[in-house]
Amino acid sequence: MTGSEIWTTLLGRFEWSDLPFVRAWEKGTLSEAIGAGAGGVVVVGAVLLVALLTYKRWWKPLWSDWLTSLDHKKIGIMYIVLAFVMLSRALIEAVLMRTQQAVAIGAPGLVGPNHFAQLFSTHGSIMVFFMAMPFLTGLINYVVPLQIGARDVAFPLLNSISLMLTAGGAGLMMVSLAIGEFSTGGWSGYPPYTEAAYQPGVGPDYWIWAITLSSIGSTLVGMNIAVTIFKKRCPGLKLMRMPLFCWTSLCTSILMIFAMPPLTVATLMLALDRYLGYHFFTNDLGGNMMIYIDLFWLFGHPEVYILILPAFGVYSEVISAFSSKELYGYVSLVIATMAIAVLSFTVWLHHFFTMGQSADINAVFGIATMTIGIPTGVKVYDWIWTMFRGEVRLTPPMLFSLAFIVTFVLGGFTGILLAMPPVDFVVHNTVFLVAHFHNMLIPGLLYGMIAGYQYWFPKAFGFRLNERWGTVSFVCWVSGFYLAFMPLYVLGLAGLARRTQEILEPDFRPWLLVALLGAFLLLAGLATLFVQLYVSVRQRDQHRVPVGDPWGARSLEWSVAAPPPEYNFATIPHVGRRDPWHWRKANGGAYKPADHYRDIAMPRNSMVGPVVGLSGAVCAFGLVWHIWWMAAFGLAVLWAAVIARSFVRRTKRVIGAREVEATDRAWLATAAAQQVHPRELETTSANAGLAELHA
Amino acid sequence: MTDPQLRHVGLKVGGFEAIDVEEAETGIFGFWVFLMSDAILFALLFAVYGTQLAATAGAPGPAAEFKIDSAFWETMVLLLSSFTYGMSSFAMKYGGQLRWVVGMLLVTLVLGLTFLGMEANDFAVMIHDGATPDRSGFLSAFFALVPTHGLHVVAGCSWIVVMLVQVAAFGLDDRVKINLLRLGLFWHFLDVIWIAIFSVVYLQGVMR
Repeated sequence: MTGSEIWTTLLGRFEWSDLPFVRAWEKGTLSEAIGAGAGGVVVVGAVLLVALLTYKRWWKPLWSDWLTSLDHKKIGIMYIVLAFVMLSRALIEAVLMRTQQAVAIGAPGLVGPNHFAQLFSTHGSIMVFFMAMPFLTGLINYVVPLQIGARDVAFPLLNSISLMLTAGGAGLMMVSLAIGEFSTGGWSGYPPYTEAAYQPGVGPDYWIWAITLSSIGSTLVGMNIAVTIFKKRCPGLKLMRMPLFCWTSLCTSILMIFAMPPLTVATLMLALDRYLGYHFFTNDLGGNMMIYIDLFWLFGHPEVYILILPAFGVYSEVISAFSSKELYGYVSLVIATMAIAVLSFTVWLHHFFTMGQSADINAVFGIATMTIGIPTGVKVYDWIWTMFRGEVRLTPPMLFSLAFIVTFVLGGFTGILLAMPPVDFVVHNTVFLVAHFHNMLIPGLLYGMIAGYQYWFPKAFGFRLNERWGTVSFVCWVSGFYLAFMPLYVLGLAGLARRTQEILEPDFRPWLLVALLGAFLLLAGLATLFVQLYVSVRQRDQHRVPVGDPWGARSLEWSVAAPPPEYNFATIPHVGRRDPWHWRKANGGAYKPADHYRDIAMPRNSMVGPVVGLSGAVCAFGLVWHIWWMAAFGLAVLWAAVIARSFVRRTKRVIGAREVEATDRAWLATAAAQQVHPRELETTSANAGLAELHA
Repeated sequence: MTDPQLRHVGLKVGGFEAIDVEEAETGIFGFWVFLMSDAILFALLFAVYGTQLAATAGAPGPAAEFKIDSAFWETMVLLLSSFTYGMSSFAMKYGGQLRWVVGMLLVTLVLGLTFLGMEANDFAVMIHDGATPDRSGFLSAFFALVPTHGLHVVAGCSWIVVMLVQVAAFGLDDRVKINLLRLGLFWHFLDVIWIAIFSVVYLQGVMR
């Protein structure tokens, strides 16, 4: 073999110029320098992380307490950590794009067209698949088993595998910063532009395999959570007695089971086109790009509700807890949630009204789209009625919920506008659309996730988050949102096309500068969230809530210590009605020892999850770079791990009844020693997690 | 509260030493949910196949390429394998004679491999005739749908091998029984999918 053959066999199509550092050296442009800087951050960040773990001797605890853990609570927390990491990257990219548009008015600006296209592609892909999905999956993972009185999810190992597949995809996204380049085809990756004929490089392949790993992970999550909710509820917890967050989680998981396969099929078909010369979506030989577009939005529209429904669940819990009232219109909220889930499959065509269907078909889908406004409206009224004459406290989660109600309704109105095909024909592909979907997803997803993070944080870690920094963060997130996206409505109506790298109309400048200010405020929102976390950890001794019910809430997760024991419940609760924890507190059934404690079997740790995630990512990396031995190796290790696992017989670890009883009694003693705190002292150190009963 | 009852054919989880009844029930229900998601995958591939029927782009079309007699015998082999798998399940449920369980699993494996061999031969003939997936949208759709089923059969055969090893290692313990039941669901599911492929792809191809 010649030298170049050996190179190709070992390293596929990798060349030195694929490294952004080499490109920046050779070309010397600002755009390449920014790319190299981003790659440098990834490399230096990884090195620093390894150094820190080694210096602090954290490798072993990281491995045995976290990565191999099958505890749904730890898996949930890891999902949310992943979401915050990816949120940081994608938000910085957003600021860079806003900066580019604000300075590139009749000028080339900071980044070149190709680089700009990579930025909006990674920003969108990360925000949807590696920020939003992990965040909501993390919250569901943490909260749902506790709310339904279960000790874990139905399939703990599958849970770990799902997490690690998603993390593998996220890792691939990060690697693409340092090695090679990313797709320029947007988060939706429309062919034929993403076909080999137009983008022969590694970019679309990174996109395909990162998305495929994450979509398989999400399908498995959906199955796991749905089966958990159907099969693992504690005795007496009928479906109509579940907290609303469980309902929205159930609908989201059902949507995942049905809506993720179209995405997997679409990306794999695109891969067949690119790798084996198939003709699904090519321009020639009978290929048809519309197949991709239908498949993608068959996933893409339900995905919107996969993202939004869990946030709706969070708001339902938060508004009820911080109004000290039971949720108004529970049954209507359940029906509305189910209706939204069903309707979400009937509207996908509104994502491409302009792509050649007849007017009648557009009209049908336009009307179906507007129909979704009805159950959503029901929900908004229910939340408002829940607050009515309640004892409303404006804590950060509640502030985010209120901002959501106002902002989301506004976004809904622009959605109704876009649902009319004639209007859509005028503003489609402008930043009006960009403003609309950010107006839905920032309040409808991100605010909900932040609210849920603040609301359940004390449950997970045993101390509250600093409310003052939470409020500062809230102000940044909300004012930032309005400043960043309201100008885009104006600009969209004025005809500014989305994804524009250079702007030729000087009149747009003031609006773009306002939007840039908004982007910086949003970044400040994230920064203040991190400051809040730092401050709260420093002050944790003043903020402890060991009894576990800091907000005086109503569902079962608040009936155990904060943080909860590994097995969640010393004895599995029996439920007789809705809001069971509230009922127990009101009827003297709270904080009582069990008559009888039993041994509890919990899943042992397993390294299969991390091995599957890592080997999946290795396989994907090999496929991206055409390093076939690496792809085959990754796939072989993945299946070997799964098969080997099926031979493991000792998968459980028994926690003795004595230990369970001792832990439980210690917690009860803590509870007995604490003062009940009234509502008005909820955000002070008087709050030890033993709330005054009300209403 | 009545105790949960297990109503799955072929499963008598005995002794409860390793797995309780509820856990077995959950595990099998979860597999049904997985099959549902897998069914959606096939539904989408069928839909794509349907829309691409006419997109032959001058390359060989359905009538020219599909050999109905070969497809018919493949169907017979696969149906027979479902029957033998059922025999294995019955043996597991009634009496649990290891000899029958294993014997029927082996027969099923041989039939599965036979099916794969026949299918591979079909593909080889098509490729030899120049009907390759890079020739047309129609052939792309065909070579996505039918080989995906074939890959599932490969997975099923591998799973049978793994289960044979497990039966040898552990006997018919609870986890082996539950896995054999899940494998059975998978195997019969593949049969159902193949019936759809035979009808939609091969029969329709001959009629055109």
